[in-house]
Amino acid sequence: MTIRNVDVLVIGAGPAGLAAAIAVREAGIQSLLVIDREKEPGGILRQCIHNGFGLHRFQEELTGPEYAQRDIDKAHELNIPIECSTMVLSVSAGRCVTCVSAAHGLQCIQAKAVILAMGCRERPRGALCTPGTRCAGIYSAGTAQRFVNLEGYMPGKRVVILGSGDIGLIMARRMTLQGAKVLACVEIMPFSSGLNRNIVQCLQDYGIPLLLSHTVTDIQGLNRLEGITVSEVDENRNPVPGTEKHFDCDTLLLSCGLIPENELSLGAGVILSSATSGAVVDETFETSVPGIFACGNVLHVHDLVDHVSEESYKAGLSAAAFVQDRQADCLYFSVRDGSGVRGTVPQKIHRNVNAPVTLMFRPAGVYRNSSVVVECGKTELCRKKAMIFTPGEMSLITLKPDMLTSLESDTLTVRIERN
Amino acid sequence: MTQVITCINCPVGCRMTVLLSDDGEFLSVTGNTCPRGASYARQECTLPKRVITAVIPVEGSRTPLSVKTSCPIPKAMIYQIMGKLSTLHLHTPVTSGQVIVRDILQTGADIIATRSIP
Repeated sequence: MTIRNVDVLVIGAGPAGLAAAIAVREAGIQSLLVIDREKEPGGILRQCIHNGFGLHRFQEELTGPEYAQRDIDKAHELNIPIECSTMVLSVSAGRCVTCVSAAHGLQCIQAKAVILAMGCRERPRGALCTPGTRCAGIYSAGTAQRFVNLEGYMPGKRVVILGSGDIGLIMARRMTLQGAKVLACVEIMPFSSGLNRNIVQCLQDYGIPLLLSHTVTDIQGLNRLEGITVSEVDENRNPVPGTEKHFDCDTLLLSCGLIPENELSLGAGVILSSATSGAVVDETFETSVPGIFACGNVLHVHDLVDHVSEESYKAGLSAAAFVQDRQADCLYFSVRDGSGVRGTVPQKIHRNVNAPVTLMFRPAGVYRNSSVVVECGKTELCRKKAMIFTPGEMSLITLKPDMLTSLESDTLTVRIERN
Repeated sequence: MTQVITCINCPVGCRMTVLLSDDGEFLSVTGNTCPRGASYARQECTLPKRVITAVIPVEGSRTPLSVKTSCPIPKAMIYQIMGKLSTLHLHTPVTSGQVIVRDILQTGADIIATRSIP
């Protein structure tokens, strides 16, 4: 087995890993390596051929491959080595990364700092407890997207989509444009978690019905999918008998949520948050294991790649500072989710922080004309108004270092309050 | 006549009612909460436009080529443009940004490659 040493190792060459690596290099670290299991860098953006990426960062509407290419070009310009077709098998708490590839065989890479940027996975059928037969023709929406956009295969001709997240909506349009008939998009909640823009431009433009408060209650087909049954659900999300509708279809796409992919993190002993399914981190994006950082969708699922890039760049700077031995104080504020707020990241903040800290969270429901408030005990630190908060859109609020001085309690609470 | 549409400019998603004359001319809009909504309503009810993206097979490559229109094209022409794209025969190499079809179906939009295939 080959043993190598690097200062910073980045796992994943998607938008998070690339932005982090660029920051590490720009901070002056020479010994840096990025590894990815795919054969090319770019991550999930390679298959997201639709436009709308980069509005915040570049003030342009790029397609996924175009957005990724900008970071890949920048990484090449900075001579950042990217080793593709390399699968990481484990990460130890001592930051020894074991990986395997056809080019180098089995390797152990000892790093001074590791940045976890592995992205997320789609919730599979098994996690949805959908009844019916185990036939072919049931795919996650992202798998279908890969088949159509990267491999050049159409997964089916008559399609129903379960879940109205953005990937499901985008795939409704892709499948229609490439010649399939999309019969319906079925959503168990009374509202869609997708963007309005996607509901209009991916469903309404093509006359695809969106069935809210409905779910799939049966799947039929011996070898290939032959049809599904869809039922209305009550306020407790239980199917209402007598409301069954049948659809003749050969394909069912699942777009029912994304989960950070943290098998490697767990192996390293990284503590995960039950709210985000990603690592618990401080404002430098350091996990509970010293020298291991996390950013992008492996940390918490984002809606906008622009936010992934911004967050990951900060994580890269932190990893570089760790290697350069600039240690921060170890006294923390802990950050708690208050009413109406879920999955706030970071979960802890150094008490002597000297740069602004952006708190990111997901609203627990739809709140109109409300404000997000950050408090420490009875002291209000800051508040921000918005016309609407929805679970489909991550919210941000920034704390300035001077807001965090001379506070008595060590717990900060983020909550949403109606105006 | 009236048409009800959802604004796509921000997450509020205002439901807007647009009043049109009998020959489809835009008269007024209600239900919007900002000027961006009004200008979207006018465009959407008179000449709705979309950027279209697609993939096209390329001889000599397992991965198809992803493309986009260089600017939004009339929504009514989406299927004609997809039909035209399906008749193309492309060969490697292709470079990101390369024009694949100039002024497709006289829309003023070019079809542009969004990735490179060496």
